[in-house]
Amino acid sequence: MNKITKPGSISRRRLLTTVSAGAALTVSPFRINLLQAQEATIKIGFPVPLTGPYGTEAQDQVRAGQLAIAQFNDAGGLGGRKAELVVRDDKLNPGEAATRTLELVEKEKVNFVVGSLSAAVQLAINNVTKERGIIFNSISQSDAINEAADFSKFTFHEALNPHLTSGAVGRYAFSKFGKKVAFLTADYAYGHEMVRGFLDVGKAFNIENLGDIRHPLGTSDFSTLLPRIQALKPDILCISNFGRDQQIVLKQATDFGVKKTTQIIAPLLSHASRVAAGPQAFEGVIGGCSFYWGIEDKFASTKAFNDAFRKMYDGKLPTDYGALGYGGVRTVLTAVKNAGSVDTDKVIAAMEALKYDFYKGPQYYRKCDHQSVQSVLVIRSKSKDMKNESDVFDVINTDEPNEANLRTCAELGHKS
Amino acid sequence: MAGLSLDLIALQLFAGLALGAIYVLFAIGLSLIFGMLTVVNFAHGAFYMVGAYVGVYILMLGGDFWICLIAVPLLVGLFGVAVERVLIRPLYGRGIDYPLLLTFGLSYVMVEFVRIAFGKTGFPFDTPEILQGAVNIGVGYFPLYRLFVIGATATVLLALWLFLEKTSFGLIIRAGARDPQIVRVLGVDVARVWLIVFGIGTAIAGFAGLLAAPLQGVIPEMGGTILAEAFVVTVVGGMGSIGGAVLAGLLVGVVVSMTSLFAPEMAKVSIFALMAVVLIIRPQGFFGRAGLMS
Amino acid sequence: MSWFQFATRHRASIAGLVVLVFPLVMPFTALAVNILIYGLYALGFNLVYGYLGLLSFGHAALFGTGAYLCGIAIVHFALPWYAAIALGILGGLLMAALIGVLAIRTRGIYFAMVTMALSQCVYYLFYQAVDWTGGENGLRGINVRVIDIFGIKLNFINPLTRYYVIAAFVIAAFFVLSRILASPFGAVIEAVRENETRAKASGYDATVTRLITFVLSGGFCGLAGALQALHLSIVPIEILHYDTSGVVVMIALLGGMGTFFGPMIGAAAFLLLENLVSVWTVHWQLIVGAVFMICVLFFPAGIWGTLISRGKP
Repeated sequence: MNKITKPGSISRRRLLTTVSAGAALTVSPFRINLLQAQEATIKIGFPVPLTGPYGTEAQDQVRAGQLAIAQFNDAGGLGGRKAELVVRDDKLNPGEAATRTLELVEKEKVNFVVGSLSAAVQLAINNVTKERGIIFNSISQSDAINEAADFSKFTFHEALNPHLTSGAVGRYAFSKFGKKVAFLTADYAYGHEMVRGFLDVGKAFNIENLGDIRHPLGTSDFSTLLPRIQALKPDILCISNFGRDQQIVLKQATDFGVKKTTQIIAPLLSHASRVAAGPQAFEGVIGGCSFYWGIEDKFASTKAFNDAFRKMYDGKLPTDYGALGYGGVRTVLTAVKNAGSVDTDKVIAAMEALKYDFYKGPQYYRKCDHQSVQSVLVIRSKSKDMKNESDVFDVINTDEPNEANLRTCAELGHKS
Repeated sequence: MAGLSLDLIALQLFAGLALGAIYVLFAIGLSLIFGMLTVVNFAHGAFYMVGAYVGVYILMLGGDFWICLIAVPLLVGLFGVAVERVLIRPLYGRGIDYPLLLTFGLSYVMVEFVRIAFGKTGFPFDTPEILQGAVNIGVGYFPLYRLFVIGATATVLLALWLFLEKTSFGLIIRAGARDPQIVRVLGVDVARVWLIVFGIGTAIAGFAGLLAAPLQGVIPEMGGTILAEAFVVTVVGGMGSIGGAVLAGLLVGVVVSMTSLFAPEMAKVSIFALMAVVLIIRPQGFFGRAGLMS
Repeated sequence: MSWFQFATRHRASIAGLVVLVFPLVMPFTALAVNILIYGLYALGFNLVYGYLGLLSFGHAALFGTGAYLCGIAIVHFALPWYAAIALGILGGLLMAALIGVLAIRTRGIYFAMVTMALSQCVYYLFYQAVDWTGGENGLRGINVRVIDIFGIKLNFINPLTRYYVIAAFVIAAFFVLSRILASPFGAVIEAVRENETRAKASGYDATVTRLITFVLSGGFCGLAGALQALHLSIVPIEILHYDTSGVVVMIALLGGMGTFFGPMIGAAAFLLLENLVSVWTVHWQLIVGAVFMICVLFFPAGIWGTLISRGKP
């Protein structure tokens, strides 16, 4: 159908007529709407990057979000009113995300928005939703979204933020592996925020900062930076980057033999990255994450979540990003049920009052910035003794939920 | 700055050469294609990426890295030949922009095909066993595989030079780069020559992709950034000049490497700024043909 | 007279009419606004590529500068919306002058490469200026709720109102472009493209002509950028990336270069295609790329260009 044909073998006329028929179908008012819009369905807009490098994580978010919706509907919904997830592809592009959010709010008339997988994207979505009085529960890392400039009463943040994550990993590593710390950081907001978090927590441990070497986003070759780092002879090498960059640097650091003399720590280790980069690159690396299925031994809620996910999706286990999708949607729906309505102000109040344990233990939203106060897992990558193919991490420590680990409301610019 | 020494600088230089080697291979193909066909191949990065993925596939089928070194350029080159014949040839004579635009669209299609076939997340690519580890090159330990990359590039350059200088086909290519009209008048089937040149150029790009795979892994998007950087190399060296591509490729690799040492955030900007400066002072690049100005 | 002649004579008015009824047939209004904005962006680009024959791969710098200056005016200086738009246009003009002065002496492929390089420099510069631009997180907070025109308060949050306000600017731009092309200068532009030697012999400075055209193009792209900033209430850093330059090239070709309506039709086709295909499959890049290649191979005059050549007597 999409073959590229030799010149001349399809007449221009045929091509034109097919294309214009397609175009007419697009603009006709009888466009087939894939997701049936029933009267009074509770709609939750769900913009996530289905295309692009984090498509896998995004699809996991969608699966988990759908699970939350299914559980809500099966339990009777809101007095019979069912919920629906309206998924859109934001292509990991803030401009596209803003457009999609406008579509969700203006055309689909969603009641709430949950989603995003990058800092820039969630800030873009947030700007659009807060201007229109729609609740947005962000499910990806960002420090900026807690700050007064971006925050609004409609903004909620289910995911971790860099400060929390780096703090948890720093507290663990700095007490165990030595005081001489070198930093290799991606030169963008996420990287800077992570390093700031590490340095903050490092003060209490009297670490010696050997230097913060910045690399541009999207670096594919660290061979020019690694010798320099090795020359510093650090006890700990703290690598603050994400996704592709992280996979590449860990691989190259392994090749350069960094692990022989230095403990590598990262603020965040994601399941997808570990799978993509392979066991060798990640071996022995310690980092943080919001969720790992393996803690089902500790929490009944995790076991319930894992089982429900396995049942709905052919034995697959949820990943860190999936869990966030689940939590983000479920908290909103629970608040709706508690408030007994979809009225925005009532739901906000219900969310602020919510004390929940849906997938990883107790959580609640802090009042001043709606940040979900939650545990942070410190994990180490492994390649032996794996219970199943998803068992790629060992949880070696847990930072329990504690507001003291967050930046203070005052620091973030919120007036009390 | 902590730990800055002559040894470190020398090590950085070596790293720059290894980095530059990949740029050189990539840019040579671009330059060859532009020099002969006057086509700016915007899909060159996609061919590079396809080379890496063909390597992945061969490894999946049970082959080893050494087979890939032969098979990848062959297969990618054949694909390149097909592309030239079917998609680019119809556009000759329509103006310098059309092949550029076509290859631009082609890159989108190629990348998406790879995503469909191999998935979005990409693959790790292990360094072949024999080439793992680091050797002491006097000023410090340097990864063995990167030395291999430098060596492989040098071999390809030598082979290419011999081909261009010592064979009659190479003579035709050099003549055709200088003046396609005369070559045609002399009875040479220029269309066939262009076909083969495009095949060679893309084959080298695929080979570069294979070499780069153990360094950074393999993802569908890997062709995008290197394309932009390689344009810098090709323009600085001079469009259509092999020697220029080599010199500029190594220069860019070293510039990126040294900038990373002193001001890593500026590493990316530095090459674009370099390109802008060269273009303003000497628009045809180091060895480019002056006539390309108009 | 034939419909073609009629259309050419009243091209700006016809365009205006279409723009007015547009949002009613589009899947959602925000998409219609995006089409207008990208159509204007392509219009500016077309001035340089279609009418002057120069392929620029750096137009994102002009589009993005307009967006950022408009946004910065509102976020950091609390200027009113009309001042912000004016600043956006000014930004586009100045950036075009800067890039133009450096690039205009080169031609053909070199022009494409230089503009791309300089545009990437602009991208990195804006990226680093985090305090002004928000850096990688983008510029947020471009929140204009009310458009106050001579006492009449329009609710900018309302999708249709927002569309018509933006459409007003786009229609105005159409008129201005129409005037430019119909003017003696417009003739000089085409003369320089068709036969530079002869134009020079007739006493016209080709380099200055190119530069002026490039700068004018910057003005249109800057306006498009400013409108985009107001529409999305954010400016993403990606707006300055070379992908954005690539998109406008695709749109211009798809629609038809060197034609008046081509860019707008190209924008509509491209964005609708993207939107439609995205609903059915995640592999929209495959379809878009394939369609683009088909156009290059079979319909080099683009959709509109091909239709026009059929309609010509």
